[in-house]
Amino acid sequence: MRETNMKKILISLLFLIFGTSAYADCNIKSGSINILANDFPALRTFVETAKGCKGSADFKVTHSSEHNKIAVPALTANPSEFSARIAANSSIVPLMNQDLIRPLDDLVKKYGKGIQDSQLITIDGKIMAVAFMANTQHLYYREDVLKELGIAVPKTYEEVVAASEKIRASGKMQYPYAAAYKAGWNLAEEFVNMYIGHGGEFFKAGTAQPSINNAKGVATLNMLKKLAGLSNPDYLTHDSEAIKVEWESGNVALMTLWASRSGTLLDDDGDAKITASTKLTGPATVAGGNIPAATLWWDGFTLAKNRSDADAEATFRALAHAAANKKMVADAADQAVWLIEGFKPGPKSIGVIEAVKMKAKPYPMLPQMGLMHGALGSEIVEFLQGKESAEQALKDVEAAYMSKAKEQGFL
Amino acid sequence: MPNKTFFWFFLPTGLAMILFIGLPIISTGIQSFYAQHDQVVKEVKKCDPFGCTVSIVVDQEKTSKIREEKPLGKFNGFGTYVDRNHLAIEEIGKFWNETNSFGEFVDQVTNLPFYKALIFTLTYCLFVTPNVLLLGFIIALSLNAVTRRIRGPLIFGTILPMIVTPLVGSLVLFWMIDAEGIIGANLQMLMDDPYLSLKSSKTLTWITIIIYGIWHHSPFAFVVFYAALQTVPQEPIEAAIIDGASRWQRVRHIVLPHIYPVVTFVALISLMDNFRVFEPIIGFSAEGSAQSLSWLIYDNLVNEEVILFGSAAATSMMTIVGIAILLAPVLIRTWKEFRTAR
Repeated sequence: MRETNMKKILISLLFLIFGTSAYADCNIKSGSINILANDFPALRTFVETAKGCKGSADFKVTHSSEHNKIAVPALTANPSEFSARIAANSSIVPLMNQDLIRPLDDLVKKYGKGIQDSQLITIDGKIMAVAFMANTQHLYYREDVLKELGIAVPKTYEEVVAASEKIRASGKMQYPYAAAYKAGWNLAEEFVNMYIGHGGEFFKAGTAQPSINNAKGVATLNMLKKLAGLSNPDYLTHDSEAIKVEWESGNVALMTLWASRSGTLLDDDGDAKITASTKLTGPATVAGGNIPAATLWWDGFTLAKNRSDADAEATFRALAHAAANKKMVADAADQAVWLIEGFKPGPKSIGVIEAVKMKAKPYPMLPQMGLMHGALGSEIVEFLQGKESAEQALKDVEAAYMSKAKEQGFL
Repeated sequence: MPNKTFFWFFLPTGLAMILFIGLPIISTGIQSFYAQHDQVVKEVKKCDPFGCTVSIVVDQEKTSKIREEKPLGKFNGFGTYVDRNHLAIEEIGKFWNETNSFGEFVDQVTNLPFYKALIFTLTYCLFVTPNVLLLGFIIALSLNAVTRRIRGPLIFGTILPMIVTPLVGSLVLFWMIDAEGIIGANLQMLMDDPYLSLKSSKTLTWITIIIYGIWHHSPFAFVVFYAALQTVPQEPIEAAIIDGASRWQRVRHIVLPHIYPVVTFVALISLMDNFRVFEPIIGFSAEGSAQSLSWLIYDNLVNEEVILFGSAAATSMMTIVGIAILLAPVLIRTWKEFRTAR
């Protein structure tokens, strides 16, 4: 018994050694690498893979869910604290606004072997980031509950409402629907999704003037309120983590949640019966539209401008190695929807694949979008609480946004 | 103490205060008068894994030049102070002219973020401070009356709420009042209302935060009052007992006048603390129902992807002014007493 164990350990050790020696092609001689990233399993895997080829370079990483709060100040310093920042559609915008990241064209040409063209984020003809995974919010449903009540898997939010009402009427669940409606960023994100599903535009074409106080905005708010009425009354305090817990305790049968959370919902932890009947489907559409009421997100790496060229080069080589790594993609296929060559989507990536097929729009990458998002997060709360009309709430959002945009010089 | 000795005693503290409190406040004040430069944007083609679009970005070449010339930004005077997200002077004028009744006007004004936050902050102060003083005093009096043997453990138990980190304290209570938590579930049973949720109603959230505030701050008042009670001279009390004064009369006419300066001190500190109420809002995830001035500053600094330094600075300055106004009556009174005492 002991001997076989020893054998196993030896074999895994050998794998480790050979595993690292397989990265010999990117042994980096010098430089220092310091990465700032959000904290979820796929990103940890990605950064670990990059670390595998660090060679003799100095390697540090900070995984934090508070990454947004650190990024701008840390990259503004000269030299910058981090040589690379793993960003997404929304978080690259403040870095661009402040001119904190560098173009990657030369590095991609020199060291970007294996990175696909579709992974490159180009702005004004310059490569500013290299994406490696995609994310979106889509529907999750409890197959057993829907089957028992004879409900078809909902494809639109109107069907989600009807199905939730039916489940509630059956007495099986009091609050059958859940989504991250926590006041602030999460709630605003739900508005953005639903408004895009209604075909709405946030700004008057080509300007930073807001344009959400319209029929589509009102319809968006009314749909959000209907859904909130079918959710746990504490919905304004529920973020993604809280509704994940609700789901795992079996209180919810329909849910809109990030694709990147599917891994933890479908793992072996928790009630096996709930896990077995947790199924994923694409994002829902709304109000008869074709585009899903969801936004597509990419995660990719950017390099700090205020850092030496040598560090940038070392960092790029390590991260590019991970961003074109077929082995990582094969090993961690269920952690994310990788945009890297060789990825074979599994059952956990249905949501994103469907969203792309349905031509979901990416989250708007506009310089002033963050201000709109912030205004939405605080000003639509009172409408959901039934304290003011939809028109008043949208008027408040526009007014709050305008003040902030004026202060920031956008208007 | 001669003034000269006092001066040398105070010098190190004074220097540290200027360096770490005075200068940052001045810097914040300056910042509050500036806004960002006008953003120069241009249309460009953006491509990502999901396709290409024509969109806008900030024109860095032009912007960086303007930034280098004037790094502080564009002078805005009191622009940020009077805008819609702060004092909203223009909007209030408009509401005054457009609304038909006073109630409607008040509704409109309290819908503005700054006034919304101000009202919560003041409500919190007005309910928490007197209750903290009262509760702290009652606990101090009662503990002063129990036998010495069990006083130690009792005091320790009483100051526990203050030892517990505010965020942890509020989180514990937050979970307890959850619909499935021990308080939440029992309240539902007691009220016979399965839909009752302390977190979803604005009024109940306010009450919860205020009760938490009283719970958290009372030990401070208690500790100070308890220390002050030890200095109350026994002779007049004994004399009063012989004269047949009731317990209440003794407290009212001997103890209270004796510890009066301490009461003022605790009231001052309490008011200042309560005016900056912040942690419970985060701990209770109550952003939706209750915002305070400090929370507004936090929101401007971290909740947006773009940091609004001007807004945050303006709100900070107004918080300082707010505290000064609140403290003014007490400070004036103390000053007068000080003058008459000399």
